[in-house]
Amino acid sequence: MAERAQSNVTFIRPAQGWTAINLRDLWLYRELIYFLTWRDIKVRYKQALLGIAWAILQPILSMIIFTVIFNRFLGVKPDAGIPDEFYPIFGFAALLPWQFFQGALQRASISLVTNANLLTKVYFPRLIIPFSAVAAGLVDFLFSFVVLAGLMVAYGVPFTLRLLWLPLFLLLALLAALAVALWLAALNVQYRDVQHMVPFLLTAWMYASPVVYSAEAITVSPFWQAVYALNPMVGVIQGFRWALFGTNPPGTAMLISAAVVLALFVSGLFYFRRMERVFADMI
Amino acid sequence: MSEFAIRATRLGKQYRLGALYEPRYRTLRESLGGLFKPGQRAPQETIWALRDVSFDVQQGQVLGVIGRNGAGKSTLLKLLSRVTEPTEGEAEIRGRVGSLLEVGTGFHPELTGRENIYLNGAILGMRRTEIERKFDEIVAFAEVEQFIDTPVKRYSSGMYLRLAFAVAAHLEPEILVVDEVLAVGDAEFQRKCLGKMGDVAREGRTVLFVSHNMSAILRLTEETLVVEKGKLALRAPTPEAVDYYLAQGYAREGERIWQSGEAPASAAPFRPLAVRLRNPQQKVVNSLRSSEENTVEVEYCLDAPITGLRVGIYLMSMRGETVFTSFDTDDPRLFEQRSVRPAGHYFSRCTLPADLLNEGRFVIGINASAYRVRRYFQDEQALTFTVDATGAPGTQWPEPRLGAVRPRLEWKIEAI
Repeated sequence: MAERAQSNVTFIRPAQGWTAINLRDLWLYRELIYFLTWRDIKVRYKQALLGIAWAILQPILSMIIFTVIFNRFLGVKPDAGIPDEFYPIFGFAALLPWQFFQGALQRASISLVTNANLLTKVYFPRLIIPFSAVAAGLVDFLFSFVVLAGLMVAYGVPFTLRLLWLPLFLLLALLAALAVALWLAALNVQYRDVQHMVPFLLTAWMYASPVVYSAEAITVSPFWQAVYALNPMVGVIQGFRWALFGTNPPGTAMLISAAVVLALFVSGLFYFRRMERVFADMI
Repeated sequence: MSEFAIRATRLGKQYRLGALYEPRYRTLRESLGGLFKPGQRAPQETIWALRDVSFDVQQGQVLGVIGRNGAGKSTLLKLLSRVTEPTEGEAEIRGRVGSLLEVGTGFHPELTGRENIYLNGAILGMRRTEIERKFDEIVAFAEVEQFIDTPVKRYSSGMYLRLAFAVAAHLEPEILVVDEVLAVGDAEFQRKCLGKMGDVAREGRTVLFVSHNMSAILRLTEETLVVEKGKLALRAPTPEAVDYYLAQGYAREGERIWQSGEAPASAAPFRPLAVRLRNPQQKVVNSLRSSEENTVEVEYCLDAPITGLRVGIYLMSMRGETVFTSFDTDDPRLFEQRSVRPAGHYFSRCTLPADLLNEGRFVIGINASAYRVRRYFQDEQALTFTVDATGAPGTQWPEPRLGAVRPRLEWKIEAI
């Protein structure tokens, strides 16, 4: 590997304080992100009878349960302007990014501990581990996206140019999951409490996001709406629904969500880098 | 004038004792508790696993590293392969490092052989194109052609090891760091690994090779570092380093005593107290005559009863080759009688018969284990001693005899 051999001098010394992100190493090991992601996907469905079909079944089953309980029994309505019988697809539009976020966060926050054998035996940039855990959720997302397209046809929801915004909203969901996961994964190395806490955190988080209800339900005051939008998934889900139905265009809520994600992501990166050097000793 | 590939300058690594022996991670409650009650916080005990270690490795040199368990060898390798950061000092490394701290790191049992080759290759730092190029070679080396698309969980342990080593062996770093890889696997596999290591060395790559296998160290390296209690004790041509290592310290007395707390906590409830070598007059000696019967004595305590325990010795030549292994319950009847050994203070003694060993230096190792259940304690270099062959068969010819044993065999001479 001539290109790697040249001037390939590494200094090993104790790091002091906050360290910069080592982008060069991250780039050199980019293929490892791919392989670990691929491993996660492969292994997840390897011994499941229905295999990758679970990626489709999970959101569909959740959609049915939510529709029966929240829409039929409790009378929860979709956004104003969306007919009541559209509740299933209204719910699915939120479940799509939510389940991606939930799965990514769940896997990534325990990813360092599940890969402890790698951490203690080989060097590579540790950031790769949570990165690939989050990326592994993208395949599931693609499959359930196909389901969404099918539902759109079934319900007669038009395909508009607004849909082109979806990748941006997905990116926001991905960064949100990664940002929180960087904190939780690093904390979990030191405090295993984190992995017991994450399921509860996610349940609470789901109800704090407009998954089963419409964001319009939060009508207290503009101030509380802004507080509500501190939850990045509010912006993401509103964005998804807007792209499909054109209701509630994402405005300030989206900006607030994006700002929160950015702040969490950057601080998470630095915290992770700071903790990185003791991972192998503590895990 | 060749250039250095590795230059370590006063490298040191400090561990908190808690981080080594306690459950490594803390719970939040413990941390919060410490926060609110600062007065009651346990003082942090620290140890230096490695300190003030400086050395150079020239490009293309094959350097051995030897030392007892816990001397700091593994810490040194972990620092050089960047798994963990030093607490002080620094190292400069010129070239791509491939580290083999174990074989099969990252192998996933559910994935097939083919998939694991790619995954493991990527983890070890190989490019995908590089793996593709060497794929056939790897499969051939591992001899798993027919099973390449079978999940590795269905592999025999031998196949698994061969495949894992094959991937690692085809990594082409400028600097290869190897730890005890050869301690696993059968003799055939070990021979293959050693052969491959020899090839790597001949190709002019820099190799740092850690092993307990003295014959492998002697065969593969010309110069060796001896690490002792976290310090670099000696750097010398390998034969000299091996002699030093095997002859060092307490071994001189013909007795190895474990102070309380010296044996690892992981050995509990087995607690080694001493290994002694006694001559026919019951004196503790470090030099014995092969023409006499001598005794090896292992003294230990059991803090709790152990089922299926066997306590035994290894006898090794100076070169690290095992002459024999023997356990106190090798006799099936004795093993039946002692199926559960109650807590208490014990001696296990065995007799080394007369006319067994050739002259030279030998090493006694001890092992306490329950077959297929657990290895409680092991020290492969507990004691060294010399054998004097006066009166042994054939000493009327004052010539050195090859071989570790010098038995008195019965000969008949017939004239036809």
